[in-house]
Parts: sequence; structure tokens; C-alpha cells
Amino acid sequence: MIGLLTTYLKPYWKQLIFVMVLLLIQAIANLYLPELNAEIINQGVAKGDTDFIARTGALMLGVTLVLGVISIISVYWGSKTAMAFGRDLRHGLFRRVQSFSLAELNVFGAPSLITRNTNDVQQVQMVVLLALNVMITAPFMAVGGVIMALRQDVPLTGLLAVILPVMAIFIGTVLRHALPLFKEMQVRVDRVNQVMREKLSGIRVIRAFVRSDFEEARFAVANEELYETALAVARLFAVMMPALMAIFNLSLVAAMWFGGLRIESGAMPIGNLTAFLTYIMQILMSVMMATIMFVMVPRAAASAERINEVLDVEPEISDPEVPAKESESHGFIEFQDVEFRYPGAEEPVLCGVSFKAGPGQTTAIVGSTGSGKSTLINLIPRFYDVTGGRILVDGVDVREMTQESLWRKIGFIPQQAFLFTGTVESNLRYGKEDATEEELWHALKIAQGKEFVSEMSEGLEAPISQGGMNVSGGQRQRLAIARALVKRPEIYVFDDSFSALDFATDARLRTALKRDITGSTVLIVAQRVSTIMRADNIVVLDKGRVVGTGTHEELLRTCETYQEIVESQLTEEEAAS
Amino acid sequence: MSDHTSNTKPAAGPGSGRGPGGPGMGFGRGMAPAAKSKDFRGSLKRLARYLKPFQWVIAFIIALAVISVSFSIVGPKILGEATNVLFEGVISAQLPEGVTQAQAVEGLRAQGQDQLAEMISSMNLTPGQGVDFSAISTLMMWLIGVYVLSALFGWLQQYLMAGVAQRTVYRLREEVDLKLARLPLKYFDDNSRGDTLSRVTNDIDNISNTLSQSATQIITSVLTIVGVLGMMFWISPLLAMISLLVIPASLVVTMFIAKRSQKQFAAQWEKTGTLNGHIEEMFTGHGVVKVFGHQEEAIEVFDIENEGLYEASFKAQFISGTIMPTLSFLNNINYVGVAVIGGLRVANGMLSLGDVQAFIQYSRQFTQPIIQTASIANTLQSTVASAERVFELLDATEEEPDTATPQVLERAEGHVEFRNVSFRYIEDTPLIENLDLEAEPGQTVAIVGPTGAGKTTLVNLLMRFYEIDEGAILVDGIDIRDMTRNNLRRTFGMVLQDTWLFKGTIRENLAYGREDATPEQIDHAATMAHVDHFVRTLPDGYDTELNDESSNISQGQRQLLTIARAFLADPRILILDEATSSVDTRTEALIQKAMTELMKNRTSFVIAHRLSTIRDADTILVMNDGQIIESGNHTDLMAAGGFYCDLYNSQFTAPLDEAV
Repeated sequence: MIGLLTTYLKPYWKQLIFVMVLLLIQAIANLYLPELNAEIINQGVAKGDTDFIARTGALMLGVTLVLGVISIISVYWGSKTAMAFGRDLRHGLFRRVQSFSLAELNVFGAPSLITRNTNDVQQVQMVVLLALNVMITAPFMAVGGVIMALRQDVPLTGLLAVILPVMAIFIGTVLRHALPLFKEMQVRVDRVNQVMREKLSGIRVIRAFVRSDFEEARFAVANEELYETALAVARLFAVMMPALMAIFNLSLVAAMWFGGLRIESGAMPIGNLTAFLTYIMQILMSVMMATIMFVMVPRAAASAERINEVLDVEPEISDPEVPAKESESHGFIEFQDVEFRYPGAEEPVLCGVSFKAGPGQTTAIVGSTGSGKSTLINLIPRFYDVTGGRILVDGVDVREMTQESLWRKIGFIPQQAFLFTGTVESNLRYGKEDATEEELWHALKIAQGKEFVSEMSEGLEAPISQGGMNVSGGQRQRLAIARALVKRPEIYVFDDSFSALDFATDARLRTALKRDITGSTVLIVAQRVSTIMRADNIVVLDKGRVVGTGTHEELLRTCETYQEIVESQLTEEEAAS
Repeated sequence: MSDHTSNTKPAAGPGSGRGPGGPGMGFGRGMAPAAKSKDFRGSLKRLARYLKPFQWVIAFIIALAVISVSFSIVGPKILGEATNVLFEGVISAQLPEGVTQAQAVEGLRAQGQDQLAEMISSMNLTPGQGVDFSAISTLMMWLIGVYVLSALFGWLQQYLMAGVAQRTVYRLREEVDLKLARLPLKYFDDNSRGDTLSRVTNDIDNISNTLSQSATQIITSVLTIVGVLGMMFWISPLLAMISLLVIPASLVVTMFIAKRSQKQFAAQWEKTGTLNGHIEEMFTGHGVVKVFGHQEEAIEVFDIENEGLYEASFKAQFISGTIMPTLSFLNNINYVGVAVIGGLRVANGMLSLGDVQAFIQYSRQFTQPIIQTASIANTLQSTVASAERVFELLDATEEEPDTATPQVLERAEGHVEFRNVSFRYIEDTPLIENLDLEAEPGQTVAIVGPTGAGKTTLVNLLMRFYEIDEGAILVDGIDIRDMTRNNLRRTFGMVLQDTWLFKGTIRENLAYGREDATPEQIDHAATMAHVDHFVRTLPDGYDTELNDESSNISQGQRQLLTIARAFLADPRILILDEATSSVDTRTEALIQKAMTELMKNRTSFVIAHRLSTIRDADTILVMNDGQIIESGNHTDLMAAGGFYCDLYNSQFTAPLDEAV
């Protein structure tokens, strides 16, 4: 956490020092007021000097005014700096994640990265804010308070040697019990939420299997457990405040008693006792607040740790320093003995994969789950880098081009059709901002989306909610395909992108596609044999190796794995048709 | 304390340093968008009704609070008395021994020290005696007693309140849970899961916080303010007037600032939402963003939103942060006023030093209760809004109750009949009109149609998740409305595309439809569904714990487990959803085999995607746009040359040759 703080607070060191100085002045002013009060009593009241009282009173008022103004300035700069820290940290994280390859992203997973970019930053930012407002003041106040108390009377200050350890032990004991309880509380809150979430998502199954009673019992257990822990936490806190107040007040009583003895012996003027009481209050308050604030630190440290994990990842995939010249040819892809393994994995996902694809051709990749189809396709846009062999696009190794020039060539349609918040139009223009409306409709027509988009009352302006959740799965997929078509790339990569379509739409779409993108290279990964049986070239993968290449008919004769796949989906006559 | 609280309540304003008022001072809570309640009074009353069973405990708690606060308020006054005794002792020590107080005053007047004489004349001392420690020790004993009792009562009060608060939210949660079981499926289809979940968790949490913290805080705060004011007036009406100027000013200032910062917190909340939305979108769509070369744009948008959040949260923190310094300032003015005027009064002998000291202590006790009192309105508003959302759920229309005189179907044959059935989800939008359909025991009914054609509607009606509007559905000749829902649903088995499993062992999940299943029966069902082998390869076999969202097994394996679950339940009538888009071909073959096995000798309704299933079905229902447009067997429908014929042919005729 320290590292993170130093890096991201560095640009603000001037503000930080400024805030610290302000806080120091505040502490001094706060400590000075009781001293002035003591003087009023000792020299004004006890001697009946009203002029002195009025003069010192005016001084106190002045100090108060300065204190107020300084406090507000320091809150201003404190908040500004802490929030700027949070902003910069979020920016740094976001930027770093943008440079990640898919492999790096998947190490954390999107949901975890989102939490790190939002909640975790929030946690750390909160501690910075508290530090700039409270935590830094506490030591000033505590140390300053002790010094001032010493100035009032040295032996009496010895009381603190008793009071502080008592308080420390008490707070320590409470925290030692509280921290595990907090953890348990979190677990149990999560459990209640989880059972409830399951109930809501499984409502049909639960009712179909007539298990409402069982579910009620399950929830009752979770609820009861949460109740017990929440009660334990609340009761622990019920002790905390009254006990602390008792410690405070009894300290005052002790100070009064021993102070009285000191006064009687003539070692201390009476005004000093009043001031001393105020100092004791201030010291104990600071110590208590600081301790309670520090409860937040372990959580923030855990958050900082999680943030650092992300920031520490050096993106593996970067542009070459001297990119290769772009070649003249268009749409050629060649896999040369490609191997890919995840870092630390014993077995490669892909091994010795070689094939070629060219413009006007459709190449299909089939195989069972885990055979490496999706991985293979993800290597082309460098979502991952090969660990052996190489991939050539238009004759150039993909690692020797800039990523941007590579991506310009590719239209990628992912498995999970992903749309962005906005409108149908903004999504379609994602790949080509200056596309004409005509181009958009053309792409929609081919993607079999023209009908449903024109039926929407706002047409192209129809809003798309986050993730495209306001349109059906099939519509989402068609829009994602249209988006790639608008871009007009040299190479189309379909990663099982027809799965949410019914047979008829699937067939119509592929027919239209075939007519439209005649000059482009097409790579298709699919589960349905009917989707790919007409491809020019079919690559059959099994456990990361190519076990067959050829057309549907050839493979039916020669490739056993292909035969198995076909048999599981089509009856023989359909396969032969 | 919990991630959830921090998620829903971003950046509560911290108290800036000085004076009393540690963390959790109450201000800054309820920073979620300030939802307005519809019927504040009514909902508040209804919430109060939940506390009714505890009314005597609560009365006791209030009594304890009164005692505790009174004791803590008496404290400074006694301390002040002790100071007086000390001060008088000190003064008396300066006077010559053996004279009376009156003589001493005379002596001072003679020396021209009129003011000092004035002060001493109002005291009660014996010149030359020194400090009366026996009097002080009596006062100290009183003080110790008062403070210890105050702490004890304070603790008891909060201890009891914790019980009341936690019991109440426990009951609320329980009530909501039981209610969910009585709600019709329509409720769950109409309301988002997230919304319902947030009512059960966030809203109830919010109520819980208010009950356990704010409730006692408010009682104590108000009592403290009243009590302290009373003491102040008792000690010195003049000084009390100074404080009386400061207190309303503090309240007004706090509310003024709080109101403004609420606005900023709402803005901060909104900006956080937008920014998080953008982050979520860019991270989940990482691949698409990259391959379309949009990273720079993503960062640009991010920076704009991020800057917006920075502005809003800075303002929110700054504005709410000014509350403490402003209050401290007012408080300090009060302090100075008391010190100066009090000092003058003491010097004039119109007030004792101890009283001034007590007064200073009292005025220091104000800040925290004032902040808490000022935030009551916000806390209450947000709590009642939460309560209202929970009540809304509790008031939702329930399912029609089962018939009072149900017919019992022990072991169904599996004869299903739709007789002139009409149904609509939304009034005026007919969906199913006059549907007649008969399935003999053991027959298969296939339901086909494009995506989104409304195929699940039939499932909803068969399982009586929804009530039909006209006609009747009969199982073995009994109208399903004349049976209990439980009886009806036990007759059916369901395997859906949404492969719901719960967090528990595989064994528990399989036995979900049959609690009393023996290990042999579980083994058998697993073997029939082809899961036995893969389950045995798992580290703990059947005792393997399925984690959240069951991500430790594949989609296909989950599907197989749901089939095994249906096998074990051994229903007479089946409802199957065949779609297995994200499953690999070999697992798919296994699933198909298992499903075929399961359908044997059972009446089956299949949402069909496989041609083999469709062609072999006894009846095919073709659905489009939520309506059944054709029905019959494969041969009949092909001969009719309608929608089905087109749908079927589209896959095997000309276009396919040209397709990609």
C-alpha cells in the first residue's frame, strides 16, 4: 500500500505538505485555547483582573477564527487531493487493463478487474481522505496534548502512564474480538444473499420439484446464522462506547483528585487543572479516533494489494519497435506449426497446427469442446501470442506488425455477441465511424437484421442497453455480425457466432453472407455441422492437434473424429444430402 | 463493515478531526440516491408495528436511556462542585488564619481589592483552612458512582436495543422469504431479480442499521441536548443564552450544509454508476474493443467520466467536510464566550469557578448530538423509503390458493389434455386461443418455432406457473385446478436449458426431487444419465461441492446432472428443453442419449431443436409470434405445406449449397 500511495500521491506532494502544515497549525491552535483559558483563570479570575480577561478573550476569539478558516482550507485541499488520488489511480488501472491481452485479462477475469477498478480504489481513496483529515491530526494532537499537559504539571501527567495503557488494552481487546466477527459477518451476509439469489434464479425448478419447504429451511438457517453474528457484533459495540466514556470520565475524576493534592501543596495553580482536564480529553479522544480509524487500514491494504497485482502486470503483447512493411497481398492467413500453451501448463492447448486460408475461401474449424478451436481463432488478432511456430497474415508474422494494422484487417465476431450501450447505429458504426446509412442497412440486410431493426419504432436510433440485454440473443448475434460487415475487413472470423440463431435464419444469413463477401477470407468456428458442411476447407481439431483437413465429403471418408461429430448431429441421409 | 454496505453507500462523509464525534457519527448515512417515499406516515407507522411485540422492552430501553443520560449530565456539575471546593481552599489558604470570612472580606476592601473581596464574599470558606479534602473525596465518590452507573445503563440500553433490532430484521427477512414462496411466477417474470434481491438485502440492511444505531442515538441525542440545556440554565441563565444562540445556529448550519452535500452525494452516486457501467462494458467486451481498435476512445470516454466523478466526489467530500470545522468554530466561539463572560462573572463573585468549568464541559458535549439530530430527517427518509420497498414486496398479489377439496393423483398414467385453452399474459393481447391438444400416455409432443416464439408459455401453463384464462387442462381426466399444485408438480419432471443447481454436494443436488433416495437409486439415476463416470473422476465423487454458479463443472455436465435429477424424481410426465448450444458434440451425444432414455414410457413435452426428435414426435406444435399456428405429426405438416414445411425445408434445399 505504501508503494501505491507514494507513486500516486507524488504529483500532489506540494498539496500534501500544505495540508500537513495546516493540520499542524490546527493542532497547535486547538491546544493553545485551553492554555489561554488557564491564564484567564489564574491571572484574571483569581486576581480579579477583568481587563486581562477581556484581552485574553479577544485573543481566544482571534485564534478560533484562524482555526476555522484554516480547517476549511485544509478540508478543501484534503478532499481535493484524496479525490484526485482516486481519479489518477482509476485512470492508471483502466489504462493498464486496456493494454492487456485476453490472456492477461483472463488471469483476473472481467468481474474481478471491475471490482478492483471501482470498489478497491474507493477503499484506498477513503483511507487517504481520512488520513488527510483525521489520522494525521491524531498524532499531532496526542503528542502536542502530552507536551501541553507536561507544561501544566509534570507529575500529574504521570496519570497518562496509567490511563493510556488501560485504554489501549481495552480497545485492543474489543478489536481482537471484533475483527473475526466482522469477517464472519461478511461470510454470513454473503450466504443470505447467495441463498436468496439461488432461490430467485431457480424459482421454476424449485416449484417444479415441490421443494419450497426445503428452500425455506435453507434460508431460515442462513437467516438465523446472520442474526446470531449480527447480534454478537451489535452487543460488542454496545459495550464499547459506554466503557470508553467511563474510562474518560474516571480519568477526569482521577485528574481532579490528584490535581487537588498538587494544588493544595502549592505546586500548581488552579487554572492549570482546568486546562489539564481539557488536554486529557483531547489526548484520549485522538488516541481513540486514530485507533478506530486504523480498523479501516487492513481492508484498504488488502484492496491496495489487489490493485497492485493488476498494475504489476507488464503487458506481454506489445507492438514491435520497427513494424514490418505492410504487404501488398490481402486476406492470406497461414498457420505454421503453431503451438500454444498457457503459462505454466504442462500440456499445450494447440500443437503443430498448420493450415492456410485465402481470399474468397471459407475455412471452418470443428472439434469438441476443449479441442482448442476458440484458442486457435483468438491467436489471429493476437488476443494471445503463439508459444511456438508462427502465424502469417498477408505473409507477415503477426508479431511483426502493429496491432492496429493487424486489427484493421480483421472483422471478429465473438462467441458471446457483445454490444455496447448506445443505439443500434452507434454499435454498427463501431468499426467504421464514417459509414453511410446505406452501408448500415446493407450490413443489416445481410445479417438478417433489417427486418427487426426496421420494426423498432426508432429504427437505427433504437437504444441498446448495457451488454445489449434489451434485444434477444439471436438479434444480438445478428447485430454483432452486421457490425463486422460494416467494417468491411479482409478477414472475417466467426467464433461460433450462429449458435443463437434458429436453423432457418442461420441458413438465410449464411447464404446472403456468401454472396456479399466473395472476395474476403472467412474463418468459422462452429458446433453445428450444418453450419460448416459447405465450407471450402474444414480443419478438424482434436485435443489441440489437426486430425483432418478437407471438404465435408473427403472428411466423411477419411476422418474418424469428423464422422463421430457428424453422426451425433445429423442422421445419415441428412449428412449425405 | 461489509462489502455490501460499502457498495451501496459510497463514500460516507468522514468527520474531520476535532472534538467528539468519532466514526459512525450518523452523518453521511443513506447516501444512496435519496429515494422519496410515497406514503411516509403510513409506512413509518407500519414499520413501527414491527416493534410492537417489543413495546415493553423499548419502554424499558427509553427509561434506561433517560437514566444513563441524566447521570452523564449530572457528572460535570459535580466535577464543577469539586473545582469550587478546590478553588475556595486555594483562596482560603491565601487569607490570614483565625479571622472570619466577613473579616477577611473587610480586610481586602480596606486594601482596595474590591473585586477580590466581592468574589470571596459570595463563597463559603474558612480563611486559612486550605482545601477541604473530605468534601472533595465525598464528591469524587459520587462522581465515580454516577459515571459507572451511567455507563452500565448505557450498555444495558444498547445491549437490549441490539436484540430488538436484530430480531426485527430477522423477522422481516423471514417474512419476505415466506412471501416469495407464495408469489406467482408472474411476479418473478415481471420484476428483475436484482431488484427483488436488493429489497431483501440492501433495503433490509438499511432498516437494520437505522434500528440498531440511529434509533438509540436519536433518543440519547435529544435527551442530551435537552438535559444539557437544562443544566446550563440552572447554572447560569446568562451563559445559557450564549449557548442558546449557538445551538440553533449549529443546527441550521448543519442542516444547510447536509442538504447541499446530499445533492452532491447523489451526483457522486450517479457518476459512480456511469463510470462503473463504462468500466464494466469495456472490460467484458475487451476483445471487441481491441479488435475494433477502440482502446484510445475507451480511455477518452473513461477520462471524461472519471473527471466527472472526481468533480462530484470532491464537492461532496468538501461540502460535507465543512460541517465539522464549522461546528467546531461555532463551538469555540461558545467556548470563548463562556470563558470570558464566565471569567468576568466569577471575578465579580456572581458565579463560581467550578460552574464555569462545568459549563465549558457541557458546551463541548453538544457537537455530536447536534450532528445526529440534524441527520435524523435524512436517515428516516431513506429508512422509510427502504421499508416501503420491502412492504411493496410483502403486499404483492399472491397466487390463488389451492382448492379446498383437492382430488389426489397418486400415480398418474400420463394422459394430458388441453381442452379449448385460451391464455394471455397481457390483457387484450391474445396469445393462445382455443387450443385443443391430447397426449396419450407415453407420447411425445414436440414444440418447434423460431427463437422467442413463446415456447415456454406452454411449460408455464402445464406446471400451473400461470393460470389459464379459459378452458381446462386435464391430467388423467382431472382438471389441474382441482389438484393441489404440489400434487400436480410432483407428477411432472422438468429439464430446462437453464441448468439450475444449488450450492451443495452433487448428491444433494441429484436427490433434489426425491429426498428419501437411497445411494443405490442415486447411482442408478446417475448411470442412466451418463454422469456416473464423470462424477467418479471428481476428487470427492458424489460429495463434491458445487460452487457458486456451479462453475467447477462444464455446462454439458450440468445439463447431464439435471437429467439425472429428473431420472431420480421419476415423474410420469416430462418437460424437456433440448437446446444445448454451448455443449461440445460428444457431451451433446450423451445428453441426447440420456434424454431419449428418460423419455421412454413417459409422456413428454419437448421444446425441440433436433430434427430426429421432431420427426419422431407424435404431435408437433409449431409456434410463431407467441401463437400455435400449426399442429400435427411430421408427415401431416409436410403435406400441408405451411410454415413448418418452409422451416424444415429451409435447411436442406437450395440455399444451403450456396451458404458459407
